[in-house]
Amino acid sequence: MIATLAFHLAVGATILLAAPVLRRWAAPLAALPSVAGLVFAASIASDVIDGTPWRASFSWVGGLDLTVDLFVDGLGLIMILLVSGIGLAIAVYSGSYFAPNATAARTAGLLVLFAGAMLGLVTAEHVVILYLFWELTSILSWLLIGQRHTDPAARAAATHALVLTASGGLALLGGLVVLAREAGTWSIVELLADPPGGVAAGVGLGLVVLGIVTKSAQYPFHAWLPGAMVAPTPVSAYLHSATMVKAGIYLAVRLAPAFSDLDAWQPVVLTIGLVTMIAGGLRAIRQDDIKLLLAFGTVSQLGFLFVLTGIGFADATIAGVTLLVAHAMFKATLFLVVGIVDHQAHTRDRNELLDLRLGSGWGPVRVCAVLTAASMAGIPLLAGFIAKEEAYAAFLDHGGAVGIVGIVGIVTGSVLTMAYSLRFASVFWRRSDRDDADVASPSFAFAAPVYVLTGLTIVAGLVPAAIIGDLVDSAVGGVLGIETASKLALWHGVNGALILSVLTIAAGVLLWRSTEPFVRATGRIAPPIDGYRAFQIGLEGLFTLARLVTTRVQTGSLPRYIAIILLVVVAGPAALAVATVPFERLSNPTEVPIQLILAGFISLAALATTMVQRRLGAVVVLGAVGYGMAGVFIVQGAPDLALTQFAIETLTIVAFVLVLRHLPARFGAGAERPGHLRRVAVAVIVGISAMVLVLAVSVDPPTTTASDLAVERALPDAEGRNVVNVILVDFRGLDTLGEIAVLLVAAVGVTTLARVGRRPPRTGIDPMPEGDPQDPADPSSTRSDAEVRA
Amino acid sequence: MNRSVIVDVTARLILPTALMFSVHLLLSGHDRPGGGFVGGLVAGAAIAAIYVAGGMPDVRSVVPIRPWTILGGGLVLASAVAVVPVLIGNPVLDKWSFKLALPLLGEFKLSSALVFDVGVALVVIGLVFMVFEAFGDEEPPEFRGDVPDPHDIDESIEITDKDATR
Repeated sequence: MIATLAFHLAVGATILLAAPVLRRWAAPLAALPSVAGLVFAASIASDVIDGTPWRASFSWVGGLDLTVDLFVDGLGLIMILLVSGIGLAIAVYSGSYFAPNATAARTAGLLVLFAGAMLGLVTAEHVVILYLFWELTSILSWLLIGQRHTDPAARAAATHALVLTASGGLALLGGLVVLAREAGTWSIVELLADPPGGVAAGVGLGLVVLGIVTKSAQYPFHAWLPGAMVAPTPVSAYLHSATMVKAGIYLAVRLAPAFSDLDAWQPVVLTIGLVTMIAGGLRAIRQDDIKLLLAFGTVSQLGFLFVLTGIGFADATIAGVTLLVAHAMFKATLFLVVGIVDHQAHTRDRNELLDLRLGSGWGPVRVCAVLTAASMAGIPLLAGFIAKEEAYAAFLDHGGAVGIVGIVGIVTGSVLTMAYSLRFASVFWRRSDRDDADVASPSFAFAAPVYVLTGLTIVAGLVPAAIIGDLVDSAVGGVLGIETASKLALWHGVNGALILSVLTIAAGVLLWRSTEPFVRATGRIAPPIDGYRAFQIGLEGLFTLARLVTTRVQTGSLPRYIAIILLVVVAGPAALAVATVPFERLSNPTEVPIQLILAGFISLAALATTMVQRRLGAVVVLGAVGYGMAGVFIVQGAPDLALTQFAIETLTIVAFVLVLRHLPARFGAGAERPGHLRRVAVAVIVGISAMVLVLAVSVDPPTTTASDLAVERALPDAEGRNVVNVILVDFRGLDTLGEIAVLLVAAVGVTTLARVGRRPPRTGIDPMPEGDPQDPADPSSTRSDAEVRA
Repeated sequence: MNRSVIVDVTARLILPTALMFSVHLLLSGHDRPGGGFVGGLVAGAAIAAIYVAGGMPDVRSVVPIRPWTILGGGLVLASAVAVVPVLIGNPVLDKWSFKLALPLLGEFKLSSALVFDVGVALVVIGLVFMVFEAFGDEEPPEFRGDVPDPHDIDESIEITDKDATR
């Protein structure tokens, strides 16, 4: 598996780098990693289905015990098959869909990387690795959705998707870390085997669920998914069927059995899932753009999936995993069909398409489209029916409040699904009577993935036990930790579920026949804002809040900043020191008499600094304070410090002078300026606090074990006699390296700021008139400038 | 801008002495007071003296290398001391040293610590130099507000140079 992941990375990167050269060869190349994924899945399938998960571990930072742990159980196997299988279909399809140019090659490369990230996600065993791949899919989907980056709509949709899924990802990270800490393990398997309880774990779980619902486009975070329709159709097909949105469902399947006995779990899952299923369906039935119709259909189906996989009892989980497979197959096919129609007819509008004639050569595609839509609607003999039948039975058998709410909700949702499936399918079975509007039929290679996937949908619907029964059993068994016997079948006899199915189909047809009046009636009760608008409002609110906070905190007053910084850094610790340090053990400062003279000198210089009227004079007197400090260092026997202090003081004066040239020569009259007393107060507090701090520090013995050790080991270990220097370059060399890196950044920052400050302002000032003396391009102006200077 | 002869001559006298002292601090820092940081600061102070005497043109002629090159070079040197041992399979910042017998100077210890310290000194010198580059232009204060764009700073230097030699 590690090799397969590396292969995805290598092929994806190669295609991206060589995109302009590869052109039409990108698509075949992009198919190879998917084939590798399928081969890998086939090689481990028999073991995994027998109940032995496949495991691998790869250490990437040995010293820190960081390993990439992978495991594949039944659920992982299903996900690998879907990701790689659908990925293969998409790669083949892309070869015909895109014109052979660099952009298409880039898309193919990104899709390969995306498939790799998705495979990593579904095989990750380490919590952090799972998160890493999770965010990787978010970022790659951002690139894929924003593929037409010159189009503002595409950029907006991509950003929308990224902001929602990546912030959901952050919530997921926080939640997983909390859960992992509570459980005391980073292994997902161990965490779920012994789930932590308590308040902290509850908060963590809530965050994880937030991550799941954003990724899986549940209400109220669904809007990015329909927005993502701006992506090229192969991308949409992949994101909507086997990957991206399924990542959330995958995690829901994993988590649900461990946490579904919590009180809040089932109501939350039911509410979110059913609202999503019904609201998505309501949006879908009124769409004219058939791609958008499918997108809202996906939202609806994701709600359905979230209910089934999240609710946490065995039958529903079986139904959920079955639907996971069925949905991947039919939704991918439907998107591919839309892509073919769009590619050939250059429209996705239902009304325009009804006017066009899909003539000879379109037969197989039309049949596939109708059959696959029927699978989505849950018509018997197709895979979708098996899944829906299982779901009905699960909730009917479960009973209780959860069972009743669940069954009512999913039947309502399924009626809507039936209606929008018909709306979609009608495009393909109705014939236009116009003869002049023939649409060129697609090539066989273009439509081949559609045929294959439709074939799978039919076979899985006819003999489900043989095709997906074992897979579903091993997946559910692995997740729930119980033996599940295969019950998937086309015919269970006449029971409640079958009757409900018949009713659903009938009600769906009825709803479809009366779509127009229904849409008119429900249009009035539709919410006034849609999801994207809500997202925008949220974003604007965030910006407003940021501006509000910034204007309050960042007033632009330098004295205020300095006062706040000094009070926090000096006065705070000093207050703490007064409370905790035993000051009676102070050493006598008069032991070294010359210190008193130096102290007096420093105090006088400090006082003088506040009284000097000229800025330059103040700087010089302030320098005297520094030189006095250097004297104290010498007296205390620290020549290194004294040297440094002297040099720093000298340089500081020069630097001050450089800056002071830009300021008036004299200070303003201090006493009259507002806030003068406040500044005096701050200065006094900070001065006294600093003194208290220094005294507090000198109470403790001057040496500690660490400093003794440094003195002791300096010569034998580092061959140096200057302990200070040995500490800097040997013992704590890495720290010093970090510090000089900070110096470099600071230097670049200072220079940049200084230069920005000197540049003529860009806004708020009239554009330069002709012959402006500031204009470097105008030789006459420069000369006059020079004359002025001379 | 008027040049003071006294300041000018003093700066020229100070420069070699200060630089020698800086190198001394740097080289002997491992065993006696000194080290890369102080060494760099003293060299920086010497540059400051040159700046006081002759402004940026003099500084540029004394130190022909650009400040960011010095700064970056120092970091690269120090990082190399840290990283190269890793590349050959040893721990980060692994130390090495050997003794050289130099004519006139006697025994000299060349070690990883010294190379690292030279990197530190270069960063400090580059930082000081960069502060001059950022704030120390030739504009007298009365031109504040319509200081030329950094792009034509060279031009203004040329003019001031002429002024100085006049």
